[in-house]
This record gives sequence, structure tokens and C-alpha cells, in this order.
Amino acid sequence: MNIHEYQAKQLLAKYGVSVPFEIPAKSLVEVWPAAEKIAVNGSTKVVVKSQIHAGGRGKGTFKTGFQGGVKVASSVDEAVGFAEKMLGNVLVTKQTGVEGRQVQTLLLAAGAKIKKEFYLAVLLDRANSRPLVMASTEGGMDIEEVAEKSPEKIFKEWIDPAVGIMPFQARKIAAALGLKGDLFNAGAKLVTSVYHTWWECDASMVEINPLCVVELPDGKETVMALDAKISLDDNALYRHKDIQEMRDLNEEAPLEIEASKFSLNYIKLDGSIACLVNGAGLAMATMDIIQHFGGSPANFLDVGGGASKEQVTAAFKIILQDPNVKGILVNIFGGIMDCNVIATGIVAAVKETHLKIPLVVRLEGNNVVAGKKTLAESGLSLITGDSMADAAQKVVKVVGK
Amino acid sequence: MSILVKPNTKLLVQGITGSFGARHAQLSMDYGTQVVAGVTPGKGGQFFEHGGKRVPIFDTVAEAVKQTGAAASAIFVPAAFAADAILEGADAGLEVVVCITEGIPVRDMVRVKRALEGNTKTRLVGPNCPGIVTPGEGKDSQGGCRIGIAPGYIHKKGNIGVVSRSGTLTYEAVWQLTSRGAGQSTCVGIGGDPVNGTSHLDVIKLFNDDPETTGIIMIGEIGGGTEEEAAEWIKKNCKKPVAGFIAGATAPPGRRMGHAGAIISGGKGTAAAKIAAFKEAGIGIAVTPSEMADTLLKMM
Repeated sequence: MNIHEYQAKQLLAKYGVSVPFEIPAKSLVEVWPAAEKIAVNGSTKVVVKSQIHAGGRGKGTFKTGFQGGVKVASSVDEAVGFAEKMLGNVLVTKQTGVEGRQVQTLLLAAGAKIKKEFYLAVLLDRANSRPLVMASTEGGMDIEEVAEKSPEKIFKEWIDPAVGIMPFQARKIAAALGLKGDLFNAGAKLVTSVYHTWWECDASMVEINPLCVVELPDGKETVMALDAKISLDDNALYRHKDIQEMRDLNEEAPLEIEASKFSLNYIKLDGSIACLVNGAGLAMATMDIIQHFGGSPANFLDVGGGASKEQVTAAFKIILQDPNVKGILVNIFGGIMDCNVIATGIVAAVKETHLKIPLVVRLEGNNVVAGKKTLAESGLSLITGDSMADAAQKVVKVVGK
Repeated sequence: MSILVKPNTKLLVQGITGSFGARHAQLSMDYGTQVVAGVTPGKGGQFFEHGGKRVPIFDTVAEAVKQTGAAASAIFVPAAFAADAILEGADAGLEVVVCITEGIPVRDMVRVKRALEGNTKTRLVGPNCPGIVTPGEGKDSQGGCRIGIAPGYIHKKGNIGVVSRSGTLTYEAVWQLTSRGAGQSTCVGIGGDPVNGTSHLDVIKLFNDDPETTGIIMIGEIGGGTEEEAAEWIKKNCKKPVAGFIAGATAPPGRRMGHAGAIISGGKGTAAAKIAAFKEAGIGIAVTPSEMADTLLKMM
């Protein structure tokens, strides 16, 4: 699960990470008082930041033509003016795709005097199943480019999960970032706090880019997280009720939300051939084989081990809400799942949705003979496939290019 | 000979009284698996009855092992408690612990894996896996050892080793082999999680050393680097023909495709990279999932 920047900063602050003075605003009415508070707090600038679950906001463009999802205002008036241009409008960035995302929340932040920009992240290293802290002096830029062009600029410190992060490790990272004096210790403390946020919240990744050395109004310098991105392990949400509440349904595709209500795992893609499959690996392979024969998959859909009549019908309805869908391929390998149960579910779903587009069904496994009989006797015009390849070829052919 | 489990391996089921565990304990017993004990905390002293057999239930794995000599466990415990169940199995000295449970938090598995470091006695398979099947010699391969949720009847006793991250995609490969008269020595589902106990390579090393296994099918998917790791080793060390299939070539990056571990992130873990690694290692590549068995059999 992803959360917004302002929520990520709230979590980080909870664990003692320095973040700028900032206030979220969900409507224009909230913007003025928030901007005033920030201006009064001694900041000469008010930064207005669009909150969406995607990066590249600064360089993005709104569909209205307004440029920039992150703007620096020199007055409260200007901040409100920017907010008016952003709230409720759709922002398109390199990461949102052409459809963009509607901005429903803004984050108003005190402008900071940035002296240096670093990169800091915590994630799981799948190669050794250890938490990994990555830091780089090349902050504020595309870290993947840094990794490619100058990998030596990325410092890595693995954490032993039996021990947790040791202070000396945090100091190694502070040293790698070139921090000195008071900043050295402040930086080490921040790294430790960021790691604790990652561990305690069951995060998949905590990314701070940029992590900054900023000059405070009194001339002193400190280390602060100016932007933050946190994604959470879905499997652990059950033990974080407060984080569950941070879920933003507006950032999720409506069909995917609908599917999850029926314990269906659904991801919408761009193509015209919808799939309904049991098992994630088989579902991915089904998408692949459709493409292999020249078709384009419209979705990933794993009905899992259940697939009751209700779930199959719900799955059909969700599939059919996608206007791009011109044909459906059902590929089921009934292990413990009974092929006849699925067949009965398919017949009911076709009737209930008044299905008009071509349907190809491939059943294999447990009780397949009865399942095929149910389909044959249903009176429905559907096409049966013998193997995965046969079924995929048939659906691609019948849908056409 | 098979690997990990033999037809007569004594199996205990953790979570035998839950509906999921009970169902699959029954199916395993029907298959001929030696289910000798169940473990459900608080239900020790009760019995699990099926097919005329009475399986004793214990409060702890240690007690179950002491009383019955069980050597392997199937874990059907809910996600919130499964990490604990795994470590209990290891603590009791089991040889194989197969965790079927899906949805275990990654942090829990990071701690489990760390706790199991250096433990040479217990092998963890999974979590989030369909389990292990060593087929038997009876009708529909009955008489074998079935740990987990795979359909027993699709198997056939033979010489092909199958290792996979997926469940139903594995059944496809197994069924293709059986339909062509090519049986299996052992089929191992390592599961779809990013942190697990056994990798593709771990299983392939066992197949390489198993006199009964003469060919190997390896089924992978996007995310992580386990297939690449295996391919590199296979190139230098594997004495037997290997064919493979990678699912997810059409999956978009950044999206988790069902399995917690099936996600392309930071450009790593793509199907293309895995297929390239297979090619480099001389692994036969099944272009479509329908050709997994044929691809291997052609090489043999």
C-alpha cells in the first residue's frame, strides 16, 4: 500500500525524524490559514505541493495547462493562487501515465534554505533477506540514473535483523554522506530514526529524496527529510490500524477496489482480451501466452482457490466494466477446485451479465469431465480450448486484431 | 529415491483442526501420505479422524515428534501466527517444514530466516507455497507423500524433478509430463514470497545429486533474482538437462502480480533478464507454458 508524502512525513516525525514545518490542506478553505501559519512561523517562502501517489510532481503539468505540481510562493496570496490552480485538477507526471491523477490534497510547507541534497532509503535486499540502508550524496536526482552511471556514489549498509541498526552503522552512513561536527551526529540519529520507521511500520520501502542539510532562520544548520515516500507491506496492514486509515481509495483503480471486495486479485491493463484464472503464476502465464499469439491482455485476474458462483459472477461483471474488453479467456486448472463448480459459475455469470462478447473456456484438472459437460449442455455459445495454447490461439483469433 | 520426502515420510500437520488444514490433511491421507500427528495448541489429546484412521493431536510440535517420530510438517496456520509455527517446527528438530500459509508479513519472515541461519537440520520450504509431492506407485500415483495442497492424481512416479514458485502453473507442467508418460521424482513448490526458506537453486542442487532424477523443469516468474542465481550455477555444475518457463513477461513494472514476490522494481527482476540468464546457461526455454514438458523431453 502506498501513502502520500504528507502521511509519510507524519510517520517519520512520529519516530523522531526531522521534517519541515508543514500542513496538509484538502480544500481551498484550509489553504489560507495553513499558509498563514507557515508564513508566520518565520518562513519567507511557502511551498505548495500536490499530493499524489506518484513522483515527478515538480516537473508535471496539469491538464488545465498549469505547469508544475510543486510551486514556491513568496506570499500567502501567491500560495492560495497556486492552490486554486491545483486542487481538484488532474496532474500528469512522468510516473502517472497520460491519464494523470486528480489532486485532492495539498501540502503546504515552510520553504527551506537548502545547502546540500542527499538520498536515503531503507528497503529489503532480496538477495540476502536483510534490511538495506542506501545513502548517496547525489540527492534530488533520479537515483536509478546514479546507480547506473556512478554506482560508487551509493553507500550500502546491511542491517542484521537479530540486532537492529547499531549506532555505529548510522555513523558510517553519516560519514559516507560527508557530514561533520554537529551535523554528523544529527545525521546519524536521523538515519537510525528512519530505519526504525521502516521496521516498526512494516514498510516495504522508505525513501527520502532529498534528505537535506538546511539552514535554519537562526543561521544554524540541521539535517531534515524534505520529501518522503513510504510503501507498506500489504501483508502486515492487519497490525497497523492507524496506517490502514491512510489508504486513499482515490489513488486506486475503482475496478481493483471492487475486485478486492470479493477477494479477487485484479489488475487492469490496456488490452482487449480479459482473463479469469486460478493462481497468480498461471494468471501471469495466461497473459503472456495471449500476447505470444498476437493478442493483448486486458487484465490480470486471479480468482484464487475459492471461485464460488458469486465470485465468478463478480469477476465477470468487473471484467465487463472495462470498455476495452472484446473477448474473455477463462483458464482454470482445477487442483482442489472442482471444474464443475467453476463451469456452473461461468454459466450463471454469462446468463446474469447477458454476455455478448466471445468467451473461450479452458478447463483442466479435478472433475473436468463433469465441468465440460455442464458447459456443453448450457446452451451457451462459448468456445472450448483443449490446452492453454489452443485456448489462447482461439481467443486471439475470435477477437481479431 | 526422490528428494526431501519419501513416500513413507512421517508427516505432522500444524493447524490440522482449522478448515483449510483439515481438508488437506484428509486429501493427503487419501493419497496415502503417512499423516501421523496434528498440532493445534489447546487441542492436545483430541483426535483427527478420517478414512478409518485416528490421528492424535498434540499441543506442541515437540510433543508430537516425541510421541510419533514425525520428520516433516505441513503448516496451515493463519498468517499472523505462521512465523511462530515455522520456528516451533525447527526447534523440534524436524527435517522439513513446509509452510503453505500465504500473507505472512515480510518482517516476520526476515526474522525467521535470520533465526534459521546456520540451522543445518531443518529445511524450510515456503511460505506461500503449494508444498511438496513425491508420487507413489499406486493408481493415480497414490501411495506417495503429499505435503500441502497440490492435486495428487495429476502426478506419476518417475524421474523428472519439478521446482516452481507457482501453484497452478506447476500443476500444468506436472500434468503435461504425466500425460506424456514422463513421471516425476519429486515436485517442489518453493512459493511466491520474497523471503522464503528454499530457493530454486537449493532444490536444483538436490535434484542434481539425486540418482532417481534425470531431468529438471524449473518454473519461475518476475521479481527477485532466484532464477538467475540458479541459472549461473546450472551452467557450471548441473549434470542433468534443465528446461524452464518464466511467467510475467507481460506484467507491468511496479505492480505486484498476485504473489508478494512477483514485482518488478528498480528495473530488476524482469522476465527478459531471467530468460536471458536461462539462455546463457543452456536451459531449454519453453516459450509458452504449454510447452514446458515438451521442451525438456526434447532435450533428453
